[in-house]
Amino acid sequence: METFKIILPATDYVAVLPQMVLVATALIVLIMGVFKKFVNTSGVGLTALAGSVLALACALFVGHHGGPSSSFAGMVLDDGFSYFLTLVICIIIVLTILVSLNYGVFFENVKSGEYYSLVLFAGVGMVFMATAGNLILLFVALETMSISIYALTGFHKDQLKSGEAALKYFLMGAFGSAFLLYGFAYIYGATGSLDIIKISNFIKTHPQILHLKFMVAGFVLMLAGLGFKISMVPFHMWTPDTYEGAPTSITGFMATGVKAAAFAALIRVILVPLAPMQHSWVSLMWVAIFLTMTVGNLIALAQENIKRMLAYSSIAHAGYILLGFLSGTGLAQAGMLYYLMVYAFMNIGAFAVVALLCKKGEEFNNISDFAGLGFKYPLLGLVMTVFLFSLAGLPPTGGFMGKFYLFTEALRSGYVWLVVAAGVNSVVSIYYYLRVVVIMYFKPEVTENAVVLTAVSPGIIIALAVATTAVLIMGVLPSYFFSFAGNSIFSLM
Amino acid sequence: MNDYQSVYLALSAILFGVGVLGVISRKDAIVVFLCIEIMLGAVNLAFVAFARANQSAEGLFMVMCIMAVAGAEAAIGLAIFVLLYRKTGTINIDKFNLLKW
Repeated sequence: METFKIILPATDYVAVLPQMVLVATALIVLIMGVFKKFVNTSGVGLTALAGSVLALACALFVGHHGGPSSSFAGMVLDDGFSYFLTLVICIIIVLTILVSLNYGVFFENVKSGEYYSLVLFAGVGMVFMATAGNLILLFVALETMSISIYALTGFHKDQLKSGEAALKYFLMGAFGSAFLLYGFAYIYGATGSLDIIKISNFIKTHPQILHLKFMVAGFVLMLAGLGFKISMVPFHMWTPDTYEGAPTSITGFMATGVKAAAFAALIRVILVPLAPMQHSWVSLMWVAIFLTMTVGNLIALAQENIKRMLAYSSIAHAGYILLGFLSGTGLAQAGMLYYLMVYAFMNIGAFAVVALLCKKGEEFNNISDFAGLGFKYPLLGLVMTVFLFSLAGLPPTGGFMGKFYLFTEALRSGYVWLVVAAGVNSVVSIYYYLRVVVIMYFKPEVTENAVVLTAVSPGIIIALAVATTAVLIMGVLPSYFFSFAGNSIFSLM
Repeated sequence: MNDYQSVYLALSAILFGVGVLGVISRKDAIVVFLCIEIMLGAVNLAFVAFARANQSAEGLFMVMCIMAVAGAEAAIGLAIFVLLYRKTGTINIDKFNLLKW
């Protein structure tokens, strides 16, 4: 009888250290939540914060030394791309927890252990999505993330809106996963492997399989499945409803973290291995990108609810990022990563401001609630203005540089009309972002039921300060971050 | 050996189509969810057929993962349905229209 030896070198565990820290913290937090009698309620959130900061430190200092490598028999890839996205996602988790600490003052249930552990588990899923080298791990990570977020969306159990948002997200999310899996099945059938690197090599050595119907069907189905997650038109229906109904701290998390992880999967699974197929998806993607930008921006013009407006704006931003996908060059992919990083800071920042405007058990989400806020709370108004300028793509913010990189690469690849459409869309989007700024500074304050900042904890001040600084620095000194993104793309396995 | 592969794949495609049609046309949240499960069943069938054709076990392992994840998904989905049923007494998805435009 044969004996099996399983040898796992020590470096394997180093490659997943941030994930291990996140899982351990999530479990500790969950247990702390159960022993409410013995643990101070703020202790739960602070433990989660400490754990996520530790994970960020691990991602920053321990991961990725030397060239690209894979561990756990090719399941986890440790290259520059993993490093970059692990960092971005860990930053998103830390910022989300900082925002949640303050949001918990208004909503008692957000203080609980299960809230923080679900956030951390969703974060683990996102990190694994960005580092997965095998479609099996990618799928399990995607579902770890999604299932945690379904539960978090419905976390305001007393609000029907929250439950409705969870229902819609759940049904659409599960529907999308089924498409993604069917796509995986066809790719597996055509290439005989679920390992992304083996798929990539197989396609390089057997170019004739690109004409198989299986490959084309697999590509379209995978694109549809990931399209649900990045809210690409026509798979965007759930986005505004879910973003509006979910707790604001979670909306920021969904808009940035889920999108970053899904774009990472898009680059890893479709853009890199299926690159030889590129000519066959140009027209399809052209139409999808045009619709994504235009639909998102046009409907955002008509919104009165700020969360809903930011939801439509996030659809439009997905369109801009997909421009990099269509161009497909290395620099365009670096532009995508750069934009994902800026987008994380500016969007979490904007949602953090929205999450501040609450009172006990109630959110102020109407754009009219912002009237007079700019003079009443000058710093808050200034910070929100920076985020909105960045979202609109005005200099000197990171959003401007991100769009600049994506648009120039698309132009260089020859998509002139699409870039023109993107430019027109950016101009249109300035209207609805600046409308909020105008209301903040030039509308007199409403007299009844006015917004009062009742609780501003140090956590959210740190989060806002970090996000504002990052958005401005990435706008003024973009080359450092862009070359970081570029290096991470070029060491992609 | 692989004579029946196309039959399995055709059945899988038909099942997937039935699931998609069901998700689009049915109004009861539980029936919609069951249609998604039919789609996952179709995916599993495709994976098993391909695993046999490719003579590799990876696809079979994927099937195990899909089944486990589908169980977890069902748990969270039913929890959401129960939450909404308690509040409104219905899980007809057309009745949930607080959020629009």
